[in-house]
Order: sequence, then C-alpha cells, then structure tokens
Amino acid sequence: MEGIRTRLAEEVYLTYLPARKFKTSVLSAQFLVPLREETASGFALLPPVLRRGTVTCPNMGLLSAKLDRLYGARIESVVRKIGETHCLGFVASMIDDSFTPGGERLLEDVAGLLGELVCDPATERGRFVTNYFESERTNLTDAIRSLINDKRAYADRRLLQEMCAGEPYGVSRLGEQAGVEKLQAGKLYTAYQKLLSTARLELFYSGSASQGRVEQAMRAAFSSLPREKVEPLLPVTRHAAPDAPRTITESLDVTQGKLGMGFTCKSRDWPALLLGNTLFGGSSNSKLFLNVREKLSLCYYASSTFHRSKGLITVSSGIEFENYQKAYDEIMAQLQAVQNGNLEDWELEAARSTLLNAYASMQDSQGRMENFCIGSIATGQNDSLEDLARQVRETPLERIQEAMGSVALDTVYFLRGKEDAE
Amino acid sequence: MKQNFYQRIGELVHQETLPNGLEIRVVPKPGYAKKYAFFATRYGGMDTRFQHDGQWLDTPAGIAHYLEHKMFDTEEGNALQELAKNGAEPNAFTSNAITAYYFDSTSKFEENLEILLKFVSIPYFTDESVAKEQGIIGQEIRMIEDNPDWQIYHQMLKALYQQNPAKTSIAGTIESISHITAGTLYDCHKAFYTPSNMILTVVGDVEPAAVSELAQRVLPRSGGPVIARDYGLEPEAVAERENQIAMEVSSPQFLSAFKCRPPERGEDTLRTMILGDIACDLLLGESSPLYQRLYSQGLINGTFGGAFELLPGAAYLYAGGDSKETRTVAEEILKEAGRLVREGADESFYQRVRRASYGFNIRALNSFENIAASMTDGHFNGYDPFRFPEVFDSINLDDVLDFLRKNITEDRSVFCEIVPKEET
Repeated sequence: MEGIRTRLAEEVYLTYLPARKFKTSVLSAQFLVPLREETASGFALLPPVLRRGTVTCPNMGLLSAKLDRLYGARIESVVRKIGETHCLGFVASMIDDSFTPGGERLLEDVAGLLGELVCDPATERGRFVTNYFESERTNLTDAIRSLINDKRAYADRRLLQEMCAGEPYGVSRLGEQAGVEKLQAGKLYTAYQKLLSTARLELFYSGSASQGRVEQAMRAAFSSLPREKVEPLLPVTRHAAPDAPRTITESLDVTQGKLGMGFTCKSRDWPALLLGNTLFGGSSNSKLFLNVREKLSLCYYASSTFHRSKGLITVSSGIEFENYQKAYDEIMAQLQAVQNGNLEDWELEAARSTLLNAYASMQDSQGRMENFCIGSIATGQNDSLEDLARQVRETPLERIQEAMGSVALDTVYFLRGKEDAE
Repeated sequence: MKQNFYQRIGELVHQETLPNGLEIRVVPKPGYAKKYAFFATRYGGMDTRFQHDGQWLDTPAGIAHYLEHKMFDTEEGNALQELAKNGAEPNAFTSNAITAYYFDSTSKFEENLEILLKFVSIPYFTDESVAKEQGIIGQEIRMIEDNPDWQIYHQMLKALYQQNPAKTSIAGTIESISHITAGTLYDCHKAFYTPSNMILTVVGDVEPAAVSELAQRVLPRSGGPVIARDYGLEPEAVAERENQIAMEVSSPQFLSAFKCRPPERGEDTLRTMILGDIACDLLLGESSPLYQRLYSQGLINGTFGGAFELLPGAAYLYAGGDSKETRTVAEEILKEAGRLVREGADESFYQRVRRASYGFNIRALNSFENIAASMTDGHFNGYDPFRFPEVFDSINLDDVLDFLRKNITEDRSVFCEIVPKEET
C-alpha cells in the first residue's frame, strides 16, 4: 500500500497521499462491488446517471458552470473492472490552490460537489429523473455497440470473453447490450440506494492539502451517506482451463487481421510471472517485439499482458490474414524460448529495469497512483511500490523459468476479413 | 545557460542556443523521480517537397515517418535495446510538422541522453534493413486504415486543404513507401537532422549545464542551411464541402470543420491558439448552451468534442463524434456561431469559460510530454509557451466573437462522415 489509509465510517476509507510537486489535486470516490453479469450494466449506468445532476445543480449546464468557476475542475464518471471487482464512481481533479490567481481554495468546494454527486442526485417522484435515466441508457448502449470501432480493443475483449466465459473475469466492465435494455428506472434507483448503504467506499486524495483538512472536507461531503452492513468482496475465482486449446474465428469487414492468444499460468509466483511476461511481450524490447515485429516484419504491434489477479497472460497482435500460422508459430516459439531460459544477457536486465522504472515513476502521476491504490485495495494486495520493486530485483532466472513453464495455451481468437473468410 | 522564472505558473526554464544552432531548454521539476528528454526536428509528414543542395526534391509521402522508424538502427544494433538496458522507455512519433524522439528514465539519465543524441544524429541504414521495414509500416498503415477516428480526421484535412500538404497521410500509403530506399533516407536525414533545425528539451530534476555540455560533445559542430519547403499556395476556399466513407462502425460519426486564417509567426501564434480554444469552448464546449441542448435532445453523447489546431500554414476548428443525426448537429453548430456573433454572449458565461481554459493550461504543466511538445512548437513558431497567463490577460469577449465572425462561417466549413457499412 501507498499513502495513509484511515477509516471514516463503516467500510468507508480515505487514502491520503501528500504531494507538493503537482499543479493539481486529485480526489476520488469509488464503490467496490463484486463483478457479476447480472449487475454489470446497472452498475455501469449509475455513474453517468448520477453525473447528470444533483439537488443543488440539477442539470449538466449548472454542474458545468460550477466546475468552470472552480478553474475548470473536472469530475469524471469512471467504471473500471479490477480483477473480478466492479469499481464505480468519480475521479475529480482541480488546479492546486497555490495556482489559483486569487488564491481561492478549491478542495472543499470540489469535495462537496463530489459528495453531492454520490449522495444527493437530482430525482423526481423518488427515483432518477426519467429523462436522465433514458438518455444515459441509450448512451451506454451506444458505448457498448461502439466497442467494435476499435478493432484492437475489440479483439482483446473478445478473447477474454471467450476464454473466461461463465467466470466474472469474462464480464465486460460495461455489461452487455441485452442487460442494458432490461434496466428499469425504479429498480436502478433501488440498486443505487442499496449500493450507498452496503458497498465498500474508497476515497482517495493526492495533493498539497494537510491530512486534517482533507479528512474534514471528505467527512463533510459524505456525512449523509447511510451505512448498513457492508457486503464483502469475493475472492477471485480460479480460471478453469479447457482440456485442449480452443480456437475462435470471427469475420468483420477489416483490412488487418487480429490474432489474440490467451494462456493460463498454473504457477502463483507472480513476480516471476510478471518478469517472464515482460521478457515475452511486455515491453518494446520483448521477444515478441524483437522477433514477430522486428525480425519477421509480421506486424506493427505484438505484445502480451499479465493479468495478475487472475493468473492469465494474453497476447495481442495485428497481422495480414494469410500470416496467421506464421505469427502463431512464432509467438509459441518465443514463449518456448522464455520457458527454456533462452535469453541474451541484456534481456533479463532490461526486463527488470523496465519494471523498476515503471514503479519508480508511478509516483510522478496522480492518476496512476489513484489507479494503483484503488487496484491494490480491490485485489487485496498490500505491497508498496518499494516491496514490488524489491521482489522484481530479487527474482532469479530459475524461478522465472519455472513459473513460465506452467504457462499453457488456453484460447486463440482470430479476427479476419470478410472476403477472406469465404 | 540563460534562466527565466515564470512567477505566475511557478516554472523555471534554462535556455541556450549552441554555436551549431541547436536550441536547448531545460525545465527543472524537483521532487519527480522521472527525467524526460525530447529531441525534435522540424521535419514531418508535410515536408515532402524541399530544397536540398540547390535542387527542389520531391520525396514519397510517408518518408519522414519511415525515417523515424529506421533511426533506431545503429551500427552496433538497435538503440531501443541500449536504452532498455537502463530501464528507459524510449519512443518516437512523426506528426505533420515534426519528428520527435524521447525517453523517460529514473536512473542513468545522462547515459541515456547520450544514446538518444547519438542515434538520432548518426544515421545507419542498409538496403536490407530499409526493405524489411516495409512489412512493419505496412501493418501500421493497415491498422490506422481500420481506425475510424484516424480515417475521419484524415478525410477532414483532405476536405479542408487544396494545396497544403497537411492533407497528406503522415504514414503515406503502402504504394508510396515502396519507393523509399536507403539513399532517400540518407538525403532526408542530411537535410533535416541538422542541429540548427532541431531542439532538445529536458524536463526533470537534472543539472542544466550537463545537458548543454553533453549536447556540445556529441552533436555535429556546425548546423545546416535553412531549408526551403514548398507547402503550396493555399487558397481561402475549402477543397470539398463534404465527403463520406463507409466502415465497419456501430453508428455514424462525423466531423464538422472550419478552415480558419492561420496566425503570424511569433506571439500571435500563441494568442491565436488560446483564442481558438476559448472560441471553441464558448461555441460548443461542455458548458455551452449548444452542448447542453444537443446532449439533452440525444443528438450528441459523451463522444462529442471539439478542438482548435494549428499546422504550418493551416488553422482549423473542428468538432464531432457519434450521432444518429450527424447533419443536424453540424447545422446547429453553424447556427449557434451565427447567433453568438449576432447576439453576443453573456460576460459571466465568457468569464467562466475563460477561467476553465486557464485552469486547463495550468493543469497541462503536470505533463512532461506536454511541456516538451509546447517548448518545441514555441521554438519552431517563434513564441514562448509559458507566457500564456499574459496572453490570457490580453484577450476579451470581443476578440473571441470577432474570431467566430471571421472563421466560423458556412463557406469555410466542411462536413465529413463515416457511415456503418450495410450488412451484406
């Protein structure tokens, strides 16, 4: 963990991260609930509906005007999937008090507005304003449908969906279109009230204000939050691997093919897997980059991601349709090379340095620290950045080889063109 | 090095012009672990026709970008790996107007900076390595061709400009890049990668004098001649009023753009940038009456947004997003501009939009990338980006309305649309 975490109320915590070097302060309020298919779209709809208006600023025009006057402070609705936890709320940022031309103090006002967005939404007849509910439901449907526009992200998402079908990890952070269509204004309001009283709430602050001032501002902002018995988060389910790898092929009218490959990791030695993945495809010096791209010129991008909380590795690449087999073979060959410890001297050093650099520079970004802190809390890992760095420094090659040896192909997803498919 | 402290934004800049013409800026950022270097040449996708050794040369579209890819090759191997060994995160990009190489690192900064300066200033290409890159860049071109956001932006530039090479795709086409050889790359490197056509910006907690000494030690002793470039003579009129393409997308998306008068070199450039941003916010920003109305009518959603941008010889304000009624939204933007010009805007509305825009500029100082990019743009266009508070002071509502009156008109507008492909 980073920062100072204090309990403000029943399962309401504030993570305070003092920082003087930034021009801005960041405030965040995030509810953490288990990610489930049946609740995903409803929860995904809540932040945008809440963002439409509060009791004192009942429409977006008034909200925007208020934020403008706070020197363009921002409050964005955010919906994240972290492991198998659904994380929903708002992230606010504003320029630091020392840079307001009149020396105005912004923290209290922004915290107040954040609290209002969460606790005091604009309502009519005891539920969400119908027009807000309807239009944000349409927007959410459009957002889900538009995921197809970015073919790389689409292919990456389809791979996880297929690979983790039936597991929470396969559920998309926005839910599915069918789920959105079933939502009703009244039921959503009930779900919202339940969320307020029974979901874990994590607050976060990074900036130059004192801890006391931040605590006071946040207590005041969230004083009307009704708390009851809080529902616990669930541990991540273990992925059930198929007996033999599965291959899924789809066609769209595209000029470039997308090859995605999903692997399961039996090992639980995560520092070794993290390093192994960095060697394999986690940086622009990885085996995938140097071989699939630089040596064989098969693609512009080929990279891999380690999903720590779930113990998976996924590969993402964009290729000519006819190069499917070549790319597939080369990706497998490079995994094998990591498993066999077939490395040049500099490669392990570079992989370690890449990760250490990423940890060291994380404190230079308030947004990344917010994401890191909320992510650590949601997945129940308590390591500080220094702990993580130490583990990366201390993991020897043998452990990496052993852990990567447990990595096995699970699912292949290939997106190809239309004419090509005939 | 010369120092300049900017009281209102709390930033210090060290500045120097080396004898070889290289500009250096160092912006200290105490307390940050990360150190960032950004080395840029005034050479981008637009610079395909230029004078070299007294001759006008026509080079293939996409060559600046191709050169960027190949610069990482060194006689010993590849600079990416050299930097990676030290944990540096290197990368590069080519825009319409510049090519930039950069890295950030938390250790061995000077060693990394030396690698950066060397690989960018010492070209090493072979026919074989140049040929091999065709496949990689070919896939990059395919990838962006499938990207609707890239497509519609490119379509917009093609509609706006008749002559200005901003309309040329930065990456070129698979056909155009097939004409690139090691020889043409060497020529372009020789012409554009001279210290006098470049600027090095370092952001972070570093010793400014060490940066200057290193640059003097590593880079060539002399600069190069001023490079004459041919961007054509751009008429006031747009190239085409509208265009449309079909792609595999979920709903129609559009860009509505206005060809604006480009600013003079110097502080007028900074002033025009800020003026254009405020005008854009006043017209269609999130807190504008137009945005509120269109959003509540369901004609636009969160994908809607606009911006004002400048390129050499080009300026344009554009807005768009996904919409079920793209044309209606485009018409409403034009109508609202007309209304603002006719009726004016509330002074309090203007003041809060201006205040938010000022906050946006302060906020941007958190980003090392943004600081370096603005130092670079400022140098190439003759203005000081950190003077934005003073420039904000000089702008009033009448200036903004005047900007709208002159630029946001029907005859300066284009409409570009992507429609979903019909199911076959």
